[in-house]
Amino acid sequence: MTKSLTDIQTELLGTFFEESFEGLQQLESGLLALEQSKSSDPDIINDVFRAAHSIKGGAGSFGLPEVCTLGHAMESMLEDFRSRRTQPTRESLAALLEGVDLLRNALEARKAGSSLPLPGLQTFCERLAALRGASDAQPAPVIAAAKASENLDITFLPLPKILESGNEPVRLLRELARLGHADVTADLSKLPALTEIDPSLCYLSWQIALEGSGVTRAAVEDVFCWVDTDAEVRIVGRNATVTPLDIGPAQATAQSPSPLVQEAKHAAAPAPTGDGRSDTTMGSIRVGVDKIDMLMNMVGELVITQSMLGVMDDESRLDSRRVEQLREGLSLLARNTRSLQESVMRLRSVPISAVFSRFPRLVHDLSQQLGKQVELRVSGQTTEIDKTVVEKLGDPLVHLVRNSMDHGLETPEARVAAGKPPVGVIEIGAYHHGGDVVVEVTDDGRGINREKVIDRARQLGLLGPNEAPPEDAIRDFIFAPGFSTAAAVTDVSGRGVGMDVVRRNIRALGGDVFIETTVGKGTRISMRLPLTLAIIDGQIIRVGQHAYVVPLLSIVESVQVEPKRVNKYQGKRELYRLRDKLIPMVELGQVLGMTSWQRSEDSLMMIVEAENAQIGLLVDELLAQQQVVVKSLETNYDRVPGLSGATILGDGSVAFILDTAAIGRLVRGVSTNGAHAA
Amino acid sequence: MANIMTVDDSVSLRKLVASALQGAGHTVSEADSGQSALNVAKTKVFDLVISDLNMPGMDGLTLVGHLRKLPAYRSIPILILTTEMDPQKKQAAKAAGATGWLVKPFDPVQLLATIRKVLD
Repeated sequence: MTKSLTDIQTELLGTFFEESFEGLQQLESGLLALEQSKSSDPDIINDVFRAAHSIKGGAGSFGLPEVCTLGHAMESMLEDFRSRRTQPTRESLAALLEGVDLLRNALEARKAGSSLPLPGLQTFCERLAALRGASDAQPAPVIAAAKASENLDITFLPLPKILESGNEPVRLLRELARLGHADVTADLSKLPALTEIDPSLCYLSWQIALEGSGVTRAAVEDVFCWVDTDAEVRIVGRNATVTPLDIGPAQATAQSPSPLVQEAKHAAAPAPTGDGRSDTTMGSIRVGVDKIDMLMNMVGELVITQSMLGVMDDESRLDSRRVEQLREGLSLLARNTRSLQESVMRLRSVPISAVFSRFPRLVHDLSQQLGKQVELRVSGQTTEIDKTVVEKLGDPLVHLVRNSMDHGLETPEARVAAGKPPVGVIEIGAYHHGGDVVVEVTDDGRGINREKVIDRARQLGLLGPNEAPPEDAIRDFIFAPGFSTAAAVTDVSGRGVGMDVVRRNIRALGGDVFIETTVGKGTRISMRLPLTLAIIDGQIIRVGQHAYVVPLLSIVESVQVEPKRVNKYQGKRELYRLRDKLIPMVELGQVLGMTSWQRSEDSLMMIVEAENAQIGLLVDELLAQQQVVVKSLETNYDRVPGLSGATILGDGSVAFILDTAAIGRLVRGVSTNGAHAA
Repeated sequence: MANIMTVDDSVSLRKLVASALQGAGHTVSEADSGQSALNVAKTKVFDLVISDLNMPGMDGLTLVGHLRKLPAYRSIPILILTTEMDPQKKQAAKAAGATGWLVKPFDPVQLLATIRKVLD
């Protein structure tokens, strides 16, 4: 069975979207480069043109008329640059950048199964056309002339060299014969003697009398449209005068409708809904061949190990030699599984440049809006991170950069007054740190003023009028919902929804956010993110009758509880004095709702990180350490505070994975103070 | 059925052309750039080459020029795939040695009908 056109198109639509978004990125960075260099580098213009051209061409073939219209309008303007008809101006580049946004929206809409209305886009296209100063920008819709069939006499006189172009007269005659009944007479008069024939030349010409219901002048002209320079073609209607074939633009457009005509057709049809096409919105990922090769290697190793272990599977007794073999095989299997798992994880990871690439544009637009001069430095673009993390990192990062530009960086005048260069610097960077990826946004602006933060916290009632501010006032308050110290709420940021949302999003990814700031010098905000969300290294613990998993990354240390180090605080909270720190003790059994749980005399305490603070979890037993595959609970169950998921242990039983940060919050909900040693 | 090479830097469009041709029983080779198409052409002769016009590196017309210099490709049909064909572009395509052109957006039926003009 061959697939229908729509099947093929639907299958390839996802690829087209991927290409187009990459193309948009290219288009955008090219336009920004043109604007910055204030020159018209032909290479950049070519690249930019090609990007717009490809999107437009693809959109047409994939049946996305509104994308095609937009692409066409932008391409026309870029063609003016390319042919040096006009030079890029600030206005035209700004309009093109706006077009990039519109194109992106249009493609996103399609990807989500809807489509942007064409009329709104056409207004934009008209604006572009007006900027071009072109009157011909909107080719008037051409209604194909009514096709009345007629009987035609055709004279076809090919030039001798016609064969060199790859056009073969006999095929053209065959095409004519498809239109109707053809009486063909060949003129052999120019044919030389057999010995003198050059097979690369054409010596014949033809007279064709054509009649039938499909015979129209346009159809005949269509057959000959590729050979108009290689042949003389005369088409005569019976009882009509001679008209030499002239495929001027008018006829050419009549045969192949201009994009607009096609769009009109598409627009009239009901807009495609999600049916069938929604499949393409399923996430796809581009993977380097080397990663696949590595995976293949790993699988190969696994097969070898399997066959090695398979040998054991016979009737003979397990003697010591065979047990040794079995052990060896098992350890090999463990190693292979681990490598295989790493390879698969790598398969899911993509370079963080996917997120970073949108910032040059953002910073460019914001700097104009805010009247600040900014240099953006980007580092660590090739750092790879789980695709899901990359996708969810975008919004928090945008918040941070907006904040830095708006609140962090000063105006050029203020910077000069403070003895700084007028151009501020924003750095976005990513790097690996242990098992995490750290993404940082750093600015060299004014820093965060601790006093202002404390004042604001008092205003908001986060801190009592006479309450002493905590040491980490900035960290504690800046992430509070509704917190903003900006004197005036601006359009860019300062709506006070930023930082708490950032932290919530990052925590949802299993990461956390940290702030370092120096007044007058700048601010650095670091986001720590796990490499992958799918598999974690875990410590299995026992509490009562149940096994739980604690992510290894969050464990600081484990100690045997010495009763004399336990201090009661306000009569009920227990703090454990460990070296110079007081650590709140958490009775896991109670937090997890085990009513019958009793703390044993010789409890173990596992000290874990809970959002920059530490808490001590009282557990009954430390079991194995192993990698666990995280299974989401939220697909089937409500979210339970303190649990981040579940996993299946080696013996087949289910164990919950503890979310130490959430447990810390649960505990602090009872008592907000106490984490700081007196 | 014919051996056809399609040249396009866009995977989606290349596959769209290839699928349409394969659906009609043709054997299709794909090349993602002018240069790689040229390299393949030096070792294999196709019955038809369909190339995109705008490609990074070697564009479609340059590819046609190079192909026409290969003795085996002197009269092989080569079609250029493009979004518009104004008279100037047509002239340039013919001058480079292209047999004809296919105008995007195309649908497979139209594509197959059009290439009949250059295939047996």
